[in-house]
Amino acid sequence: MTTAAVPAPSARISPLAQVARLRAWLFLILLAATFEVWTRIANGASFVLSVYNLQAIAIFASAPLMLGLGQTFVIISAGIDLSLGFVMGLASVVAAHAANFGLARLGMGPAEAALFGIAVGVLATVPAGLVNGWLIAVLKVPPFIGTLGMYGVSRGAAYLLAAGMTVAVNDDWYGAIGNGRLGPFPVLVLLTAVACVALHYVLSQTRFGQHVYAMGASKAAASRAGIDVRRLTMKIYLLSAVMGGVAGALYTGRFSAGAPQAGEPLLLDSIAAVVIGGASLFGGSGTIWGTVAGAFVIAVIQYGLVLVDVEPFWQFIAVGGIIIVSVLVDQTQRRFLGGRVDE
Amino acid sequence: MSEPAPILSVRSVSKSFGAVRALDRASFDVLPGEVVALAGDNGAGKSTIIKAISGVISRDGGDILLDGKSVAFATPHEARDSGIETIYQDLSLADNLSIGANIFLGREPMRRAFGFLPVLDRRKMAEAARETMARLDFHVDRLDAPVAAFSGGQRQAVAIGRAIFWNARIVIMDEPTAALGVPEQRKVMSLIRSLKAEGKGVIFISHNLRDIFDVADRIVVFRRGENAGERRPAETTSDEIVRLMVGK
Repeated sequence: MTTAAVPAPSARISPLAQVARLRAWLFLILLAATFEVWTRIANGASFVLSVYNLQAIAIFASAPLMLGLGQTFVIISAGIDLSLGFVMGLASVVAAHAANFGLARLGMGPAEAALFGIAVGVLATVPAGLVNGWLIAVLKVPPFIGTLGMYGVSRGAAYLLAAGMTVAVNDDWYGAIGNGRLGPFPVLVLLTAVACVALHYVLSQTRFGQHVYAMGASKAAASRAGIDVRRLTMKIYLLSAVMGGVAGALYTGRFSAGAPQAGEPLLLDSIAAVVIGGASLFGGSGTIWGTVAGAFVIAVIQYGLVLVDVEPFWQFIAVGGIIIVSVLVDQTQRRFLGGRVDE
Repeated sequence: MSEPAPILSVRSVSKSFGAVRALDRASFDVLPGEVVALAGDNGAGKSTIIKAISGVISRDGGDILLDGKSVAFATPHEARDSGIETIYQDLSLADNLSIGANIFLGREPMRRAFGFLPVLDRRKMAEAARETMARLDFHVDRLDAPVAAFSGGQRQAVAIGRAIFWNARIVIMDEPTAALGVPEQRKVMSLIRSLKAEGKGVIFISHNLRDIFDVADRIVVFRRGENAGERRPAETTSDEIVRLMVGK
């Protein structure tokens, strides 16, 4: 019917690009191997073949990973959520107050009070997420600035609600959610695993996830294809805040206290996990499993260095170095492998 | 022999932006299987008339008829739903997604995994991509590769493929060859011919008179928002078109 002579495109994914794509898992294997050798020499014990170590690392990874899951969506959409750390803190404080209120005033049992605290704590993050989304989608505030504003607001709100301190919770059930185990698996880790699987599904198998990728590549293309980019942006920042809320509410269980600064050190870890996991800060790429690997890379460094008795401050240098290497790999990949190949 | 009824009829459309009269009673028709080239200097109103047709801007006066019925699209989506597809210079593709995902962007097909879980139907998208691109004589061996991996002309084919897949009746192309090298420009010209062969109406804007003479059935020249003349390529010369564009 036509004589157009467009040759078959030679769009193959080169082996090098595959390696670059899986770099977070390579880092992880490399790190685990390094610590394996190191602990065997230093402590005469295995690093990897220790249930205790694995549990500890998984718990270490769970909070930054919860934040990182929402942050993955945000970063793929070419945004960033800086408010996440203190949104988590706010949720932690509100959850503690709510659980106490449930126990003392509403006559709840410890199980009901724990669930009530978690629900209210998570709900408390909804306004933060909606305001973030509204600032960015409707008022066209750059994500960096809009969420930095919300960082301040939620930080202040969290400290005010906690009267500048931490809010203790005396609820065994709540404590069990934060510290308990089902068999060898810590509850916290199981909940995080469920969140990973659920959000992997959302990102890779639903229209919402597909639109997040499209928006990250080109807002104009998404919008011209009939996608309501404003609504999408609101949903993305809402999801991010809610994941912060879940992390905060679980923190309260783990430490039996709500703390405004619960997520302060975790914000940068969450971004680092996403970037180490192979997402580009320019948007358009990233996966949940990449972020999982990224979070474990950070947790292995943090835990491993403690185990071999290295000054803990080295962990910042190690994580920082891996972030820089990841970004360099991403840029190189864009330039030489993944970019447009015009003939 | 009488000509077939036009798919699209632009009748005396006017549009002002403040004191500037961007369009002054502009008119032209597009017949099925016809390529109409809009020619004119910068500011002649080519882009404005495209925007008025595709629902980006509203018109002040005049009428636009689609299949004989007056239409006024409030948004580009409405225009697209009625079968008017605009292919922009930057193509409007999501570079990180596959051809199929781009064709279906915003209206992705779903299937049920394990009988209950709704998931994207990637197989359906890939099949539609392969079939559609084959209609454009564009055979793809990697249906899951992101469109960023393809060349400019191939990406143009993807954008055109999307229009064909969704049964666009009018395809508007604004400077489709501007950013391409010469071999790729030729491919786009063949793509336009395949659209024509499929019975689509094509509105084609270009600065390149050689492209216009190569592919157009009719050349509509605008000058300062007004019709300055209409010629068939066989019955005119590029000198005459330029004279019409600049006004003798």
